[in-house]
Amino acid sequence: MRLGFLAPVLTFAVIAALMLYALFFLNPKEIPSELVSKPAPEFQLEPVPGYGPGLGTSDLKQGKVVLLNVFASWCVACLAEHPLLVKLKQQGVVDIYGLNYKDKPDAAAKWLTRHGTAYTRTGMDLKGRVGIDFGVYGVPETFIIDGEGRILDKIIGPITEHDLETRILPRVSGENG
Amino acid sequence: MRAFFFSLIVGGVLLAGSMAEAVFVDERLADPAEETRAREISEGIRCLVCQNQSIMDSNADLARDLRGVVRERVAAGDTDDQVRDYLVVRYGDWVLLNPPFKMKTALLWVGPAVIFLLGGLAAIAFLRRRSSAGGGEAVQRLSPEEQEELDRLLRDGKEDDRG
Repeated sequence: MRLGFLAPVLTFAVIAALMLYALFFLNPKEIPSELVSKPAPEFQLEPVPGYGPGLGTSDLKQGKVVLLNVFASWCVACLAEHPLLVKLKQQGVVDIYGLNYKDKPDAAAKWLTRHGTAYTRTGMDLKGRVGIDFGVYGVPETFIIDGEGRILDKIIGPITEHDLETRILPRVSGENG
Repeated sequence: MRAFFFSLIVGGVLLAGSMAEAVFVDERLADPAEETRAREISEGIRCLVCQNQSIMDSNADLARDLRGVVRERVAAGDTDDQVRDYLVVRYGDWVLLNPPFKMKTALLWVGPAVIFLLGGLAAIAFLRRRSSAGGGEAVQRLSPEEQEELDRLLRDGKEDDRG
């Protein structure tokens, strides 16, 4: 039996399988955060007018898991995830802090008035420098932060039900229980 | 007429070149040497939004901000490596268009050479087998009957031509 002719066929099959996997199961736009398991960077920001007393690194160290949600009034995808955040806030599941990224103060305030706020505190990153310190490269992004202010995970793009169940809720309940 | 078109093309190329240069001239450090360094570093930094462009080529908002960061670090007296590290701490190795060689990236760097070597070895093995197989048949002697038949055909063929 000569099966030598199968070698190129097998090579092709392996490459094709790898490419199909990359095509359907990997997302090239998701760059894993370099900051996971590191402390949140130092920052101190003014609040969105009328929405809390401002936001700094110390506010993230709550002794329990909290979320830091990067949002902007110009960001369409933020609007998509916002109802979910508001629901989490209303049900008291987790405290959410809002990092308002490269926005105009009055536009941000108007957006929060119109769509309801999910945030315990807000901070305005007018120049986007805090965003860069956090390795933000698009909005929305959501950081999951533990009780000592360390970053546990980052969700890129709008939070899905799947993200909520697999990445947020287990950490929130694990910390409380 | 030809000269006219030629000058038109040359002018167009020059114009395009100067326009490409002019895209980001509004951002610039006062010290030309520092500005050159900042640009050289920026050319090696990946824009995270439009992934295969450097931040020097991209007009994405984040790319502009990152160019600002690079200029700021250069002006603050950082070395080239310090500027790159500043960004790697925040965005990971991914932000470098030229990824560093380490365990995680070994496959990336060595992979093509390994594939090339394997392919080369396979090709050599294949060619050898084929040439040795072909050579073997050529060297094989004709049996006496075959030789006789061949002689006859050659001889008769010649006679036929004559006749």
